[in-house]
Amino acid sequence: MSPSGAEVLRQIKDRIDEVDPALVRDQLRDGALVIDVRQDDEWATGHLPGARHVPKSHLESRIEGVATDRSQPVVLYCASGQRSAWAARTLIEDLGFEHVSSMTGGFTLWKDRGYEVEVPRFMSAEQRDRYSRHLLLNEVGAEGQQKLLDAKVLLLGAGGLGSPAALYLAAAGIGTLGIVDDDVVDLSNLQRQVIHSSERVGVSKVDSAEQTINALNPDVKVEKHKLRLGADNIMDILPNYDIVVDGLDNFPTRYLLNDASVRLRIPVVSAAILGFDGQLSVFKPYEGPCYRCLFPVPPPAELAPSCGANGVIGVLPGTMGLLQATEVIKLILHIGNPLIGRLLMYDALAATITAVKIRRDPNCPICSRDPDDITDDELGVFPDYEAFCAGVH
Amino acid sequence: MATIRIPPVLRASVGGEREIRADGSNVGEILRAMAEAHPETQTQLFGSDGDLNRYVNVYVNDEDVRVLDGLDTPVGEADTLVILPAMAGGSR
Repeated sequence: MSPSGAEVLRQIKDRIDEVDPALVRDQLRDGALVIDVRQDDEWATGHLPGARHVPKSHLESRIEGVATDRSQPVVLYCASGQRSAWAARTLIEDLGFEHVSSMTGGFTLWKDRGYEVEVPRFMSAEQRDRYSRHLLLNEVGAEGQQKLLDAKVLLLGAGGLGSPAALYLAAAGIGTLGIVDDDVVDLSNLQRQVIHSSERVGVSKVDSAEQTINALNPDVKVEKHKLRLGADNIMDILPNYDIVVDGLDNFPTRYLLNDASVRLRIPVVSAAILGFDGQLSVFKPYEGPCYRCLFPVPPPAELAPSCGANGVIGVLPGTMGLLQATEVIKLILHIGNPLIGRLLMYDALAATITAVKIRRDPNCPICSRDPDDITDDELGVFPDYEAFCAGVH
Repeated sequence: MATIRIPPVLRASVGGEREIRADGSNVGEILRAMAEAHPETQTQLFGSDGDLNRYVNVYVNDEDVRVLDGLDTPVGEADTLVILPAMAGGSR
C-alpha cells in the first residue's frame, strides 16, 4: 500500500533541512535567496521583505528566473511549511539544487513572531493590461514594473536624443520624468524631435513634451524644468532624480553635469551625436569611470563641433536615444550588463558598432575623491569655452 | 598595415575617409605616418611636445593606449586603431 500524503510529507521533512524563522531573518539580512512559493493572492497580502515569489505550481518553469546557480543556498517558505517542503523536494530531486531548506511554520509563524512584513503594492487592472508584455518577462515582472513606476528619471533636453528616450521611458511606465529645456519647438526640430508636432511650433518644448507623454501614458508624472542647466540650479534639480539622461549639446554643461552627478552619486546615461555617428556610455559614479576620466580636457574649438549647428541624420538620435532609454531601464531593474566602463560607437553609414574600454583614472580631479569633498566652486570647472567658441564663428 | 578608424571631426582632414591604413609597428609610428600623409591631423593629434593631445583617446582594438605602452604600444597587421575625440551634440 502506498503511504498516505501525511506520511510522504513526514518522510520529505526528514530528508530536507527545516530552518526557524529567526534564522531566516538573519539569512535575509545577509542577502540569502528566500523564495515564497505561495499563490499570487497569498503573496499579495504580504510577504517576507526581500523575498522572491515563485508559486509552487510554476516552480519548475520559473525557478531559473530567480536562481540559476544550483549550488546556491535557497530557503523556501509557504503559509505553514508544508507546500515549501514539497517544493524543496522538487528543487532537490527533480531540479538538482544542492542546498535547499524550508522555513518552519511558514509565513504564519513569521507573522506570529511579529517580524517585518512587506505588502506589495498592486497595479490596477488597466496597468496590468498596459504593462502586460513587461509582466511576462522574468527580468521585469510585477516587481520590476513597480520599480519602473517608482523611478525618477531626468532628461536633459527634449530634443533629438531626449524625444525618443522620453517617449519610450514614458511608455515603459517610468513614474516621474523630469525634463530640462528652455527652448521652444522650431520647425527645423521636427526632422528628428519626434515628441513634438507641427502644430506645436513655437510652444515651449517642456509643455509640448508633457502633452505627448500625458497622451501616451497617464501613469507618468512630468516635472517641467523650463530653464537652462547651469551651476546656479544643477544642485537643486539633480538630487530629486535617480538617473540622468544626458543629451547635452555642449561641453561646459557636460563637465558641470559630470561633477555634480559624481558628488550626488547619480548615474548618467550619456550620448552624443554628429552626422551619422553616435557615442554612448553610462557613467555610474564610483562603479566606473566618470566623464572626466574619459575626457580630462575638452577638445579645442575647431575639434568641437558642438560650438555651432551641425547636420545630423534624423534617425540617428532615435537610435542613440533609444539605446539610452534601454540603459536607463537596465539600471532601474538591475538587469544585464550596463554600459559602465565601456563606450559604444555607432557608425550608421558603415552599420557598425564598436565598443572600447574606459578606465577609471586614479588621478581623476573629481571621481578619485570623496564626493563630500567636492565643493560648489569646483563643479564644472572649465576653460573659458564660450569665448573660445565665439572666436570660431 | 594597420587600420585606423577616423572619427567624424577628423574626416575632413583625411579626405572624408572613415577608415585609412598606415604603416608602422607601433601606435606612434602609425599615427605619425598618418600625420605625414594628412598634415592637417598633425596638430589635431599631437601637441608641440610630440605627445598625444590629452583630448584625443587612442585605442588599439578596444584598449586605451594610455593603459598599454602609449605611443610605443605595438600594433599588429590585423589590429585596428580607434581615434576618439570627445563629442557633444544632441539636444538642440
